[in-house]
Amino acid sequence: MTTVLDPTGELRPETRERVARPESLNGLTVGLLDISKPRGDVFLDRVEERLTGLGASVKRFSKPTFTKPAPVDLRHEIATTCDAVIEALAD
Amino acid sequence: MTATTPPPMPEGLVAVVKKDCPTCVLVAPVLTDLADRAGLTVITQDDPAFPAVADWVVHDHDLALSWHHDIETVPTLLNVKGDDTSSRLEGWSRDQWEAFTGTDALGVDLPDWRPGCGSLSVDPTRTDELAVRFSGSTLTSRRVEIAALEDDWEAMWDRGWSDGLPVVPPTEARVLRMLEGTSRAPDEIVAVVPPDLVECTVEKVAVNAVMAGCKPEYLPVVLTAVEAACTDEFNMHGLLATTMPVGPVLIVNGPIVDEIGMNSGLNLLGQGNRANSTIGRALQLVIRNVGGGKPGGVDRATQGSPAKIGLCFAEDEAGSAWDSFAESRGFDRGASTVTLFPGEGPRLLFDQKSRSAESLTKHFAEMLRTYASPRMVMQFETVVVMSPEHMNRYRDAGWDRARFLDELNAHLMIDGAEIIAGAGGIEEGMPEFVKDMRLPKYPPGGIHVVHGGSHAGLFSAAIGGWVTGEIGSVTVTREIER
Repeated sequence: MTTVLDPTGELRPETRERVARPESLNGLTVGLLDISKPRGDVFLDRVEERLTGLGASVKRFSKPTFTKPAPVDLRHEIATTCDAVIEALAD
Repeated sequence: MTATTPPPMPEGLVAVVKKDCPTCVLVAPVLTDLADRAGLTVITQDDPAFPAVADWVVHDHDLALSWHHDIETVPTLLNVKGDDTSSRLEGWSRDQWEAFTGTDALGVDLPDWRPGCGSLSVDPTRTDELAVRFSGSTLTSRRVEIAALEDDWEAMWDRGWSDGLPVVPPTEARVLRMLEGTSRAPDEIVAVVPPDLVECTVEKVAVNAVMAGCKPEYLPVVLTAVEAACTDEFNMHGLLATTMPVGPVLIVNGPIVDEIGMNSGLNLLGQGNRANSTIGRALQLVIRNVGGGKPGGVDRATQGSPAKIGLCFAEDEAGSAWDSFAESRGFDRGASTVTLFPGEGPRLLFDQKSRSAESLTKHFAEMLRTYASPRMVMQFETVVVMSPEHMNRYRDAGWDRARFLDELNAHLMIDGAEIIAGAGGIEEGMPEFVKDMRLPKYPPGGIHVVHGGSHAGLFSAAIGGWVTGEIGSVTVTREIER
């Protein structure tokens, strides 16, 4: 028998419940996060049009650069000011 | 594992012996004589009845006394005063034993002098096990038992710990030996490793360095590389997550290159040198195992590259006509450094006919213009690994690094009209507003030159980079902490 040392980070992830899916978007605030890739804005402009048509209000956000995770403050702002979020890749 | 407390040596005269030592057997009558006349305790390492079954013979069955009190030779004669065991003799010498014990006429029938034998506690087949047992190991990684009927390599593969190549089982003995390569404590935090943002200790780096196949003397390079990779400016997360075929490329400079036997010559970018092949791999295994960055997870490379197994090489500083790469980045010649460049695999820069610095430089520019796409400018940097024969053109012409880079960059200015989207019927390209501009292929300071390779071959190599600058990844050089 060989005993080896675990090479991993030994993470014990916590399981969290997802927020319940809203029945309707009417009256909700939806955040649109542009990750700052080319033409992400084109896609999100169209999504905003459709959402507004469904009675949702829309808040637009963007990451400083697509190469790095969204800053903590930005994630916090989205979480506390929006009911739902759509993140857009593009190219 | 809990630390073991060193057992105290008996007070007064003590002899440490083993039966499997001709000198110990030879002096057995002297030991009995000393026990009678001077009061002696014998610590026997192997046979508990050697040299006698007596209350003055103690069996060091687990070698704890021998290991903790640094017995290297048997017989060793000690005069123990409390905690002080420094007064000692090794081997047999009648004159010295008589003086040491204050006893005359010892072993009068014996030869005057005989060397001792190796202590069991320094037996190469036992030292790893003893170190694990007695070093007071503070290693905290979870122990994983691989069953006797399991194959070690298959078991590690099944747990997702491998990059696809075999890994060396990181046993505690191997990890402890690896840790001897650094003066840093095993529990010291080296970096917070993306993408899972896990605090990574020296111990976890050592575990992965063992698996990659590193020797202990490589560990300081690996530790520094992990630190450099996990800085905000290098942006390892982005480098991992990108769909481009890139990873951290390690370039080592300074005295450590020769000290650990790195290759800066023939086939330096290829296989065959242990340090080159395993240091970059160790960093990648840390990202994979500690950080949780795996292909198909956060690693989204469309096609990837064999260089992502780990790409690491050293500069041939002594053979270069120029300052070293590390010097060009502001470090002293005597400093050992590792540079992390966010790059892809190397490709060939072919020129067998240029005999002047001017011709070779123009040709380099033509080749370097095509990195990623000839239509992409100022977004990526590059490393040129210049071969000795190409370097000779600049040595002959008296060009230094600055002259070379000035001339090269001058040949890398491109007319915007040639590279805007739509030019020549090709939809890829720069935006329309650059149409009337002249643009440099590489951003300022974006061409790094490292000298290396064999002395035969008019070939150099280029390693293209990923998105440069604050929006992407910045090349990082760090001095290697021993």
